Amino acid sequence: MAMHRFLVVAALLASAFAIPGMAAAEDAANDHGPVIEAQEWSFAPPFGGYKQGQLQRGYRVYKDICANCHSMRFLSFRNLAEVGGPHFSPAAVETLASQVQVTDGPDAKGEMFQRPGRPSDRFPSRFANDEAARAANNGALPPDLSLMAKARAGGADYLYALLTGYQQAPADFEMTQGMQYNRAFAGHQFAMPNPLVDGIIPYTDGTEPTVDNYARDVSAFMMWAAEPTLEERHKVGLRVMIFLFVFAFIMFLAKRAVWERLHRRDHNHTA
Amino acid sequence: MAHPSTYQPTSGFGKWIDTRLPIPRVVHDQFMVFPTPRNLNYWWTFGGILFFMLALQMVTGIVLAMHYVPSAEGAFDSVEKIMRDVNWGWLLRYAHAVGASMFFVAVFIHTFRGLYYGSYKAPREVLWILGVLILLLMIATAFMGYSLVWGQMSFWAVTVITNLFSSLDSLIPGLGTMLVEWIWGGFAVGAPTLNRLYSLHYLLPFVIAGVVILHIWALHVPGNNNPTGVDVKTERDTIPFHPYYSIKDGFAIVLFLIVFAALLFYAPNWLNHPDNYIPANPLQTPPHIVPEWYFLPFYAILRAIPNKLFGVIGMLSAIAVLFIVPWLDTSRIRSTSYRPIFKWFFWLFVITCLALGYLGSQAPDGWYLFFGRAFTIYYFAFFLLIMPIVGLIERPKKLPGSITQSVLGPQASKPPSPRPPGPDDHVGVA
Repeated sequence: MAMHRFLVVAALLASAFAIPGMAAAEDAANDHGPVIEAQEWSFAPPFGGYKQGQLQRGYRVYKDICANCHSMRFLSFRNLAEVGGPHFSPAAVETLASQVQVTDGPDAKGEMFQRPGRPSDRFPSRFANDEAARAANNGALPPDLSLMAKARAGGADYLYALLTGYQQAPADFEMTQGMQYNRAFAGHQFAMPNPLVDGIIPYTDGTEPTVDNYARDVSAFMMWAAEPTLEERHKVGLRVMIFLFVFAFIMFLAKRAVWERLHRRDHNHTA
Repeated sequence: MAHPSTYQPTSGFGKWIDTRLPIPRVVHDQFMVFPTPRNLNYWWTFGGILFFMLALQMVTGIVLAMHYVPSAEGAFDSVEKIMRDVNWGWLLRYAHAVGASMFFVAVFIHTFRGLYYGSYKAPREVLWILGVLILLLMIATAFMGYSLVWGQMSFWAVTVITNLFSSLDSLIPGLGTMLVEWIWGGFAVGAPTLNRLYSLHYLLPFVIAGVVILHIWALHVPGNNNPTGVDVKTERDTIPFHPYYSIKDGFAIVLFLIVFAALLFYAPNWLNHPDNYIPANPLQTPPHIVPEWYFLPFYAILRAIPNKLFGVIGMLSAIAVLFIVPWLDTSRIRSTSYRPIFKWFFWLFVITCLALGYLGSQAPDGWYLFFGRAFTIYYFAFFLLIMPIVGLIERPKKLPGSITQSVLGPQASKPPSPRPPGPDDHVGVA
């Protein structure tokens, strides 16, 4: 009865609206929507961690390719030695840091000076400021990559899809001058030229130097850069979960034992 | 429930303090032997869970504030510093962010429980009103806390929400603009805005804690409602809070923590928006500005109404209507379990809130807008039409004779009631 009354009211309310037409679901209906496939990553929850070798290769790709335009301002060279990260040896980190020149100062005379980098220095930025970066890149700003793996829906899957998503534009697709067609990018018109070519960076650990591997490795590296404490989080999480399950079981037994007193009393009085 | 004090100080210090500041007496009377209906189910454990969550948010928040820099230039970077360089900073920040979501999960369940079992009905109106006040303060606090990250979504959510006040311009030209600029401390959301949001975000939790004390006080005068909605009639209907409910609440808190920990350790960013990992940029508006998930139903109501001023009024009314619920419900009985008609409307209301939450996350056009409007109408109709009307026409099911009978069956009415074993009886405890 109540349901009937409700349906009548609902029908009246519905007719009070001009029922709007289906909004054209532009991107989903035709085949121009972004294509992002889920990949298998070593760092997937709940137990995953980073592969040290992959992060080291990924750093190589970042340093040799991405860093030509993109900064990573939240990272320092010392981070590269972290356990649960690329875990380079301290000596290797010293060497990597010393390869860059850093402006320091002012010295006792009030002058700024150049010195070789130290592990405590941040990764260098290619451009002095955003305006310089835009001027060098056809007006587009190459974003900072420190948090990129968390700042886009899809995370590492998206980054991998983007780096492997360059294609010839379909014949009926109108491209703006200077843009690249990328099937993973929303709208498909992407300002960054395809950065990866097979064999562009030599790998020394036997991994195939292919675009697919470069993309995979640098995406994993960017995930680490965005979430450097992921491994620790998963490890602590496991311990906390075990503790909580045991604790919950003990609490369950304690609760049952306490309420048993009440049930005993009820039994004595109703019997 | 108000009951004669049974506290007997034993030690010398106990007697001394009892005539000066009788905290031990209050703890004993209100939290140890406090007579509590014996039939409270697990939906009643969310009060304790909320108390725990408030404490957790305050503790993590106070430590985060030691490392956070409340300036437009430093805010975003200081959050990253907490994540990367502060010892256990990632745990503190994720616990605080996921904790806010879990806090809202618990408060929504707690509120729906109150609605279902008629816990707002006499003599618990003030208790309910204080609860709605806490909900309102929580919404304000969470909104301000989210802004402090100073990412793209933080910045634009502040811009959108504070701009709602400008709708007052359609009432008195200039009034809304003046108010918005006063809130911003300038002509746009900027450094002064962030500083005042930070100040208030630190202040409001303590205000909440104060209202929580009043809420618990208002609970302890009439005592707990219970799943039957039948008043406590004899001492046998109640059991002492400790150990029966202290252990039950404790167990529930641990179960709640399992869900909390699963999110915190395995999907800490699941409820977050990726755009908030992009630093705030006043010159670039994100394509879709969406609030945190717990505001989505209210956001859907705001956008369902075509006129901006009425949209704002609608959104605020969605909370404000809760204040008068005790007087909108005309039912003679409390618990929805014994209300065959109202039961359907209640669950439809739950579905409405969930649906509005989903619709709030979608762009308001086409069918989304249509359903947004339909559910908005039902949201208000539930309170303003269904509650008063159904209460008058409905014939409730037969209530159990007493709380004890609802638990033990009708034959359990006769025997005299010995005091149930409580914290003072050390039965079987080594």
